[in-house]
Amino acid sequence: MTTDFWQRLHRQRVPLLWWTSRRTYLLFVVRELTSVAVVWFVVYLLLLVRSVGAGPGDYERFLDWSAQPWMVVLNALALALAIVHTITWFMVTPQAMVLKVRGRRVPGVALAGALYVAWFAVSAVILLLVLA
Amino acid sequence: MKEITLRVFRYRPEAEAEPTFQEYAVPLRDDWAVLDALNYVKEEIDPTLSYRWSCRMGICGSCGMTVNGDPKLSCGTFLVDHAPGPITVEPLRNFPVIRDLVIEMTDFMQKLGAVQPWIIRDESDDDPDTELLQTPSEMDDYKRYSMCINCMLCYSACPVYGLDSKFIGPAAIALAQRYNLDSRDEGQEERLDVLSEDEGVWGCTFVGECTRACPKGVDPAGAIQRAKLIAANEAVKAFLLPRWVR
Ligand code: SF4
Ligand code: FES
Repeated sequence: MTTDFWQRLHRQRVPLLWWTSRRTYLLFVVRELTSVAVVWFVVYLLLLVRSVGAGPGDYERFLDWSAQPWMVVLNALALALAIVHTITWFMVTPQAMVLKVRGRRVPGVALAGALYVAWFAVSAVILLLVLA
Repeated sequence: MKEITLRVFRYRPEAEAEPTFQEYAVPLRDDWAVLDALNYVKEEIDPTLSYRWSCRMGICGSCGMTVNGDPKLSCGTFLVDHAPGPITVEPLRNFPVIRDLVIEMTDFMQKLGAVQPWIIRDESDDDPDTELLQTPSEMDDYKRYSMCINCMLCYSACPVYGLDSKFIGPAAIALAQRYNLDSRDEGQEERLDVLSEDEGVWGCTFVGECTRACPKGVDPAGAIQRAKLIAANEAVKAFLLPRWVR
């Protein structure tokens, strides 16, 4: 919106590659793109559930399919990206979440720390379940 | 005296179709900010240069410009920090340019008004002789958002606003939160109507550049994410609960 007065305004345009113009913009785009890895893991989990539901034969085939080198590489890459995604979001969470205990704001480090503790605890439980 | 070169964006709509850059050599003085150098240019070299300023001390918010690519208050950006130069001075990004370094800010003014940045309160039950007291902790809730000087550096830094100027933008949301979080205010619901639109808080993708650009430590990015939480909460409540419980 501009004023009703007549003016010959010069319009500044955002360049197509705006996200390469600053390191912080680039980091933002990388953070957003890593969500693709999270989507992939959801899809992968759904495929796993479906094969388990379909019976032992299907499950075996799913395991063989997953053991192929390209699948292992894909999953390793996706894991790395998902970790980047998690860490970058944990980094900005204290900014978005304000927690007050007895009238005092919980410091950001404590909040982020709690997130990491929860993350490692859940991962440890899953690891135990898998190994047991 | 040593000199430094300013490369200044010029746009004279009555004379030229496209903007150009003009170079000026100014004294490189330790205590000079970019604004002092522009004032020197205007007084000593070229009186046709146009730009906005007033307080020279980071209070009025009128001297925002793009200095060497970053949105800055020109009164708080020192020449020596950019020596040996040249220093490129352009208008704030993401706004139409009226002339030289002067941008058109009607859009921002309109958005600011849309969030009703004042205390909304039904005063019929208030005793006019009693102050509305606030604890330090209650004041802490909104204090940093109240530091905003409407300089628009955050809009200049925000790629979302640059790509779609319908987005209500960082400072307007931070100011809405400044009043929403004030214990004396009762206007949260009214402001939510504006904030919870697509062009409101949901336009933000949390790039976070507004907070880095803000010269007053307002943290608009944090304010927006907190406003998103409120908006989401209210939407869920509106969906699940009948009106009389809410
Ligand atoms: S939030 Fe900060 S950058 Fe944005 S207008 Fe206010 S003072 Fe300026
Ligand atoms: S001149 Fe007032 S903020 Fe710079």
